[in-house]
Amino acid sequence: MEMPVPNADVIARKAQIVAALSKVMPSGAVISDVSETRAYECDALTAYRCAPLAVVLPRSTEEVSAVMKICHDMGVPVVPRGSGTSLAGGALPTADCVLLGVARMNEVIETDYENRFIRVQTGRTNLSVTGAVEQEDFFYAPDPSSQLACAIAGNIAMNSGGAHCLKYGVTTNNLLGVTIVLMDGTVTEIGGAHLDSGGLDLLGLICGSEGQLGVVTEATLRILRKPEGARPVLMGFDSNEVAGACVSDIIKAGVLPVAIEFMDRPCIEACEAFAHAGYPMCEALLIVEVEGSPAEIDEQLSVILDIARRHNPVELREAKDADEAGRIWLGRKSAFGAMGQINDYMCLDGTIPVTSLPYVLKRIGELSKQYGLGVANVFHAGDGNMHPLILFDANKPGDLELCEDMGADILRLCVEVGGCLTGEHGVGIEKRDLMVDQFAPDDLEAQMAVKDVFDPKWLLNPAKVFPLAASESRRNFALAAE
Amino acid sequence: MRPETEAELAEMIAAAKGPLHVQGGGTRPVGQPVTGEMLHTSGMSGITLYEPGALTLVVQAGTPLAEIEAALDAEGQRLPFEPMDHRGLLGTSGTPTIGGVVASNASGPRRIQVGACRDFMLGVRFVDGQGTVIKNGGRVMKNVTGYDLVKLLSGSWGTLGVLSEVSLKVLPKPDSAATLKFRGLDVAQAVSVMSRALGSPFEITGAAHDPQAGQTLLRIEGFAQSVTYRAGQLRALFSDHAIEIENDPAQVAATWAGIRDVAPLQDGTGDVWRLSVKPSDAPELVARLDAEALLFDWGGGLIWARVPEGTDLRARMSGVKGHATLIRGSAASRAALPVFHPEPAPLAHITDGLRLRFDPRGILNPGLMGA
Ligand SMILES: Cc1cc2nc3c(=O)[nH]c(=O)nc-3n(C[C@H](O)[C@H](O)[C@H](O)COP(=O)(O)OP(=O)(O)OC[C@H]3O[C@@H](n4cnc5c(N)ncnc54)[C@H](O)[C@@H]3O)c2cc1C
Repeated sequence: MEMPVPNADVIARKAQIVAALSKVMPSGAVISDVSETRAYECDALTAYRCAPLAVVLPRSTEEVSAVMKICHDMGVPVVPRGSGTSLAGGALPTADCVLLGVARMNEVIETDYENRFIRVQTGRTNLSVTGAVEQEDFFYAPDPSSQLACAIAGNIAMNSGGAHCLKYGVTTNNLLGVTIVLMDGTVTEIGGAHLDSGGLDLLGLICGSEGQLGVVTEATLRILRKPEGARPVLMGFDSNEVAGACVSDIIKAGVLPVAIEFMDRPCIEACEAFAHAGYPMCEALLIVEVEGSPAEIDEQLSVILDIARRHNPVELREAKDADEAGRIWLGRKSAFGAMGQINDYMCLDGTIPVTSLPYVLKRIGELSKQYGLGVANVFHAGDGNMHPLILFDANKPGDLELCEDMGADILRLCVEVGGCLTGEHGVGIEKRDLMVDQFAPDDLEAQMAVKDVFDPKWLLNPAKVFPLAASESRRNFALAAE
Repeated sequence: MRPETEAELAEMIAAAKGPLHVQGGGTRPVGQPVTGEMLHTSGMSGITLYEPGALTLVVQAGTPLAEIEAALDAEGQRLPFEPMDHRGLLGTSGTPTIGGVVASNASGPRRIQVGACRDFMLGVRFVDGQGTVIKNGGRVMKNVTGYDLVKLLSGSWGTLGVLSEVSLKVLPKPDSAATLKFRGLDVAQAVSVMSRALGSPFEITGAAHDPQAGQTLLRIEGFAQSVTYRAGQLRALFSDHAIEIENDPAQVAATWAGIRDVAPLQDGTGDVWRLSVKPSDAPELVARLDAEALLFDWGGGLIWARVPEGTDLRARMSGVKGHATLIRGSAASRAALPVFHPEPAPLAHITDGLRLRFDPRGILNPGLMGA
């Protein structure tokens, strides 16, 4: 993956830049030693690494604002970072950037059960938001698998989803307001504890903008009362097509499960070997979970099980207690770890219309043969968000490139059937060059025009999202203007 | 002008010499009056794609809402966000279109539980002020590819672009529904009851308070047994209140259509404002509003207030966060007061910047949202 040539002039001014930052930040909050900045050289897309010029770790919105103003005035690019779990290289630094990490900003500012919201600093991890309201039986709904580590900051930037978003929506549907620091240091609030915008929906625009429009320092999040209970069922089928048809029928039937997860045979085998969850060996597994009181769960499951039976399942297993529910989820939750044990892998997240599932799975199988790389599929089937894991050997020369080529083919396939490149991980650097496959030049121009408004100098995370060739004139214009 | 295709729409906008007044069914004349040549979207009509098994609908922006609702109904599905019909309140008589729903982000009582129109928007195609066709989002349920212009266009009242096609997520209609009616609560008591209910695990899909009728309403929807069960649980939760339960589907639908369309405030003269605040701020706030009539939705967070013409309701909101929109205002009121809530300077600057990028000639509903 190509990155822009770092600005030599900025690198040459490192000492002045660090001095200016150190003036406005407490000691220990500016890191410039090469041995220490290396800790921030990549996110979870570990194939790409580059240490930043310096790292700043503010504790307040005021400190973020001071840092931004300095970087703006000195023409230094800024790359925001939450916990660094992006799979798309969204938080990958450039050699000429200040990496602004919000991890030390992890306070709960306000919890309000009566109005059902929580306000937090955005460095707080996703799971600890729920942790802060759990004692009152409330929770924060979006639950990415990385929720133990990832921060609300990254969730907002990527508009992250999770296993339960079929019912509860993704980050943007659960975000009520933010405090945002613009590139020139201006601090402003968008939204709040009330619903919807009185003008243009700028909150909706910020969410999912991958750290390119502003640094989000505080967030007001919707919290919900926990359901009385939840219960998963496991269903095995002897073909992907049948499993796909079953998903479609469940959705049509009027039950809205909180989750419908799909695993194919390679994934089932790997998970079984790793976690011993007792999964049946078959072509496709579905985990369907519903919520409510025991009687409500029975009512919904009877509809779902009836549908499943019409598709001749090789296995139907209803969890009878918490232990069995845990075992049904165990394999799915360890899928990524299991795949990591046997191979290096690249995780894609293209989304397709649910109706195209069988066709796309068949084509992925063919591509796997053509490239000679294994693929395991585990994904959120209810909303068509695929997660093909392409297996490769990072130590084998050429394998990573082969894997990337195959990944690009799979993502083009997703676009071809009416889907998109990324359902929840974001574009980052990873899918940047594929944007032209989904968007016409005018579509991309409209998006870049938005960035022009928020960040006229293109200093904030500039090398992401848009193909470098498409953003080049803007990035260079900003440089030349320095 | 009445384009029948997106290409025609693009040509007409590119060739336009002056301001355009964009109109779907003309049922929502909200905002500052626009002077300009009429651009009717009703020629771009029809369902492009409907996949009930994928819960997705793609439709031309000028399609009548009634046509969409009928198609969904035939498959036992619906638009979950329950868009308001503005005709009763505004005294208009046209045919509401889906483009108008999206451009106004019209959302009804169920917004409190499932989200607003913008939350069900999967994709848009639109033509900007230069005549350029732009697409964003798509027709799949999860999509974070690039910036979310879908949200930006939803609720932009035709000021950033003219929608040609929209994709939406739809949901199944539940088997049954019930309304729980409380009587005689004051605003503070009503908000407290609604907050408790919304903070329960019983999935309230509507929570409204009508002071004129002296009624506080909660709605539950789902499978029949589940509705019965939750109604029982809520009765137990509020055992110190006498609760009347409405079960007849037609009656439940009519009750909530009345809330959605602000029926209690439709009659009478005066300006009608729509305020969005934190629910617990509502009781103290309305005490200051001195309104002639009020209706509360969204657990108390959405306040409809009818006041004498020309009243500056915003001036009475000081200290309370949120926003107020003058939905029904006389010409004099609209000339004297901003219709949309003024934004803090940095956001106003961004809004202006976005308008300038998407409509550099300032010809799309100029001035409608102010500035
Ligand atoms: C094992 C694993 C499982 C995962 N599962 C899921 C999943 O189920 N669903 C899902 O959606 N994702 C998943 N992810 C991806 C990742 O966890 C999410 O994208 C997450 O939201 C990133 O959060 P972060 O705090 O780590 O952000 P980072 O990686 O630090 O940054 C991500 C992006 O956010 C920007 N950013 C960071 N902080 C700010 C800020 N304060 N203001 C503005 N922009 C900012 C960065 O510049 C970058 O572009 C998974 C990742 C891993 C490693």
